[in-house]
Amino acid sequence: MADVVVRTTNVVKIYGMGEAEVRALNGVSCEIYRGEYVSIMGPSGSGKSTLFNMIGGLDKPDEGSVFVNSVDIAQLTARELAFLRCHTIGYIFQTFNLITVRTALENVTLPMLFAGMQPDEADERGMMLLDLVGLQNRYHHRPNELSGGQQQRVAIARALANNPSIVLADEPTGNLDLRTGKEIIELLRKLNKEQGVTIISATHDLKMLDASDRIFHIRDGQLAKIETREELTLQVGSVQGED
Amino acid sequence: MDPRSTALPSKEIKNTDPPLWVAWHQALASIRVRFVRQAVTCLGVALGIAFFASIQLLREAQAASAEPQDAARLKWLVATSLVMCLVGVTNSMLMSVAERYREIGTIKCLGASDGFIVKVFCIEATLLGLIGSVGGSVLGAGLMSIVLAVDGSSAGWIGFVKVVGLGTLVGVLMTIVAAIAPAIQAARMPAAAALRVEV
Repeated sequence: MADVVVRTTNVVKIYGMGEAEVRALNGVSCEIYRGEYVSIMGPSGSGKSTLFNMIGGLDKPDEGSVFVNSVDIAQLTARELAFLRCHTIGYIFQTFNLITVRTALENVTLPMLFAGMQPDEADERGMMLLDLVGLQNRYHHRPNELSGGQQQRVAIARALANNPSIVLADEPTGNLDLRTGKEIIELLRKLNKEQGVTIISATHDLKMLDASDRIFHIRDGQLAKIETREELTLQVGSVQGED
Repeated sequence: MDPRSTALPSKEIKNTDPPLWVAWHQALASIRVRFVRQAVTCLGVALGIAFFASIQLLREAQAASAEPQDAARLKWLVATSLVMCLVGVTNSMLMSVAERYREIGTIKCLGASDGFIVKVFCIEATLLGLIGSVGGSVLGAGLMSIVLAVDGSSAGWIGFVKVVGLGTLVGVLMTIVAAIAPAIQAARMPAAAALRVEV
């Protein structure tokens, strides 16, 4: 477990200026290990999505550093950042964010083409990934022809396109019904167990807790506490009561 | 190897932009799927250029005979038509970029460089500009030719072709310029900010 894949040191992110200034993150330091399933939990506005954006290289911190695979992402140029996003990180969003004008297969293969893979090779791998999420027969459908759960499965296949070190999932079950949400969590857990993918998920879905190795609780832009799964099973009642 | 493994084929991965056809396919898919929306943009370009082309044809037809005073007035009209055209085209292209901030943010998350995003918009703008400008020039110059024919004058075939050529060139350039500025701005935005934009 000693292999650190993400490390943040005193990350501060400020939105707005002057009196309207909001410290969305106020000195967050944490380490995430390879192969872990980490959930970042916290109420709306606590800064969990901001932390997610920082770890994913979607935004840069105002103070402190974020290291992904020992690379300080604040030091990267726009092109290097694009390279990091393409090869190292896979993203899953609450609103799926598939490219609406492309088919399921094209959505999955696009990151591979950005990585310089040949089209036929990308198609083959894309079909394999769609098969992995159980959607091989829907490969030619566009996102608006798929259900929410199916769209999220395509998004998961797309996140795995370039075999990333980390998969970041921002409330992946937020727009899904209870059962579909559960299926998505099970799929993520399976990928984590079988393929060894590191999964970092911002969520306030309590079903996620059961799948997580560790849970980071964020409050007012700070890391309030870190729980391991073992500690959690004893406290589920109190956590549920808290929500 | 487990056939369901997500491990990549052992091939060297390059840090370069994907070949141009990837951007071309993305642009074509965008035009095909958003056909009605893009047709409206195209119509905006066409109408602006039609106005420009009709005035330009009038100038061609009266080039020899017009009084200096009339020539000056026509020049003024051409300039006005160009401004109107620019406003129309810029508005259409600005809207079409603004509607797609989210898509831009997503593509950035997938590893697209800023250059790729600008390339997609350039290809789209060139195609829309070309179709709109050719259509608009022919429409504007054609209508003006009919009006002139009723009066018994004409700019001749050469004049007609010249006006259509000029209209197309002006239209395409204008569309690209109008699209490229907002596209560059959108491409440079941090991905998180682009994803947050709601239109």
